[in-house]
Amino acid sequence: MLFNNPDVWEITLLSIKVSGIATLISLLLGLPFGTLLALSKFPGRSLLLTLINTGMALPPVVVGLAVAMTLWRSGPLGGLHLIYTPSAIIIAQVVISAPVVTGLTVAAMQALDPRLLLQLQGLGASRSQTVFTIWREARLPLLAALMAGFGSVISEVGASMMVGGNIRHQTRVLTTAIVLETNKGEFNNAIALGILLLLITFLINFALTWIQQRGVKR
Amino acid sequence: MSIRIELRNIIVHRAGLPVLEIVHLIIKAGRIHALVGPNGAGKSTLLMLLTGLIAPEKGEILINDQPVKDLRDLIYRRRVGLVMQDPLLLNRSVYENIAVGLHFRRIPASEIAGQVENWGSRLGIMHLLARKASTLSGGEAQRVALARVFVLQPELLLLDEPFGELDRKTRLGFLHELKILLPMTSATTVFSTHDEREIEELADYKIELGNGKISASNNV
Repeated sequence: MLFNNPDVWEITLLSIKVSGIATLISLLLGLPFGTLLALSKFPGRSLLLTLINTGMALPPVVVGLAVAMTLWRSGPLGGLHLIYTPSAIIIAQVVISAPVVTGLTVAAMQALDPRLLLQLQGLGASRSQTVFTIWREARLPLLAALMAGFGSVISEVGASMMVGGNIRHQTRVLTTAIVLETNKGEFNNAIALGILLLLITFLINFALTWIQQRGVKR
Repeated sequence: MSIRIELRNIIVHRAGLPVLEIVHLIIKAGRIHALVGPNGAGKSTLLMLLTGLIAPEKGEILINDQPVKDLRDLIYRRRVGLVMQDPLLLNRSVYENIAVGLHFRRIPASEIAGQVENWGSRLGIMHLLARKASTLSGGEAQRVALARVFVLQPELLLLDEPFGELDRKTRLGFLHELKILLPMTSATTVFSTHDEREIEELADYKIELGNGKISASNNV
């Protein structure tokens, strides 16, 4: 049985860890940056919004190529020796998911009534209290942003393959393992890994959806 | 607790154009002022200025005869309470909505409960405290918006067309209640309105605005 194979669990745990950390970093970057973009006006804001929206549709292989060239031994960050490590996969996945989280945060913030900010300040909210209150107010679309960010990286294969190298016991994740098993003609293994990937995606999204729907208006 | 505000030679710009030019205006301590004028006359801009949400390009502001540089300071803003035409309640329970400004001021929970009960009962909304704000009618929501500000015991109470979204029957009921409730707060009050009846029932002074300038300021 595939599920008795310790390699499968190692691959599964690495997938969750790498994509989970990448999503968390994307959230830490995208939530404040998206809020700033949505609520303030400054020169170059429209250009930044266009770049973020373009970034939401970045092909993972192009991200993989750019990150690989940056982390390659002769590249600008080659001295860090990160190529073909889980850290390299996390960096590439952050590049993929941060624009998704940022773009959807901008949309969530802009969907709020702009007068709400004035009303909160008129009730004596400090700047940070205003931001935390509107984040709580927009928690449903913000959780959707988190789900979309996670979904964009747990399922990608191009970047993980290019910067991680699919090295057994080191950088092999579920998606790269599925590609390998398919190339070997081991379709049963590939299907089983595919089902496992779907199951993980379902369970994580089920948990986030449950949290999200607790706050829905009744 | 109340506050006296004096504005001298105030100019506020929007998109490079002057939208408010006040040569001299005194908001008297503890009194109720009606702000009247057509749409676009500068009523909301003046209320935003007094709330500390916008700053004038020029002019002098005195609070209780002391000059202040900027009303946007948090300490000043926490002496003020703003009620807008649209209640803009948060997607939380009525209790949490009323308590939100007290939470911003880090008031202890036991004190918050006392204040919510005090103003909740005066405004007749105790039975609504556990309800989600999104399930309230327009009149109920506006009561909650008023309670949310009254619990703060503001020294300056600003109401931007507080009855504007309500039907006539609800509006008249509210007017009657506010006439009783406003003196209880002892706050200096400024409310904007188009309704002569609201002015007669509530106001001590009428400030008339036109094209961003004070055209008259009289006793009612």
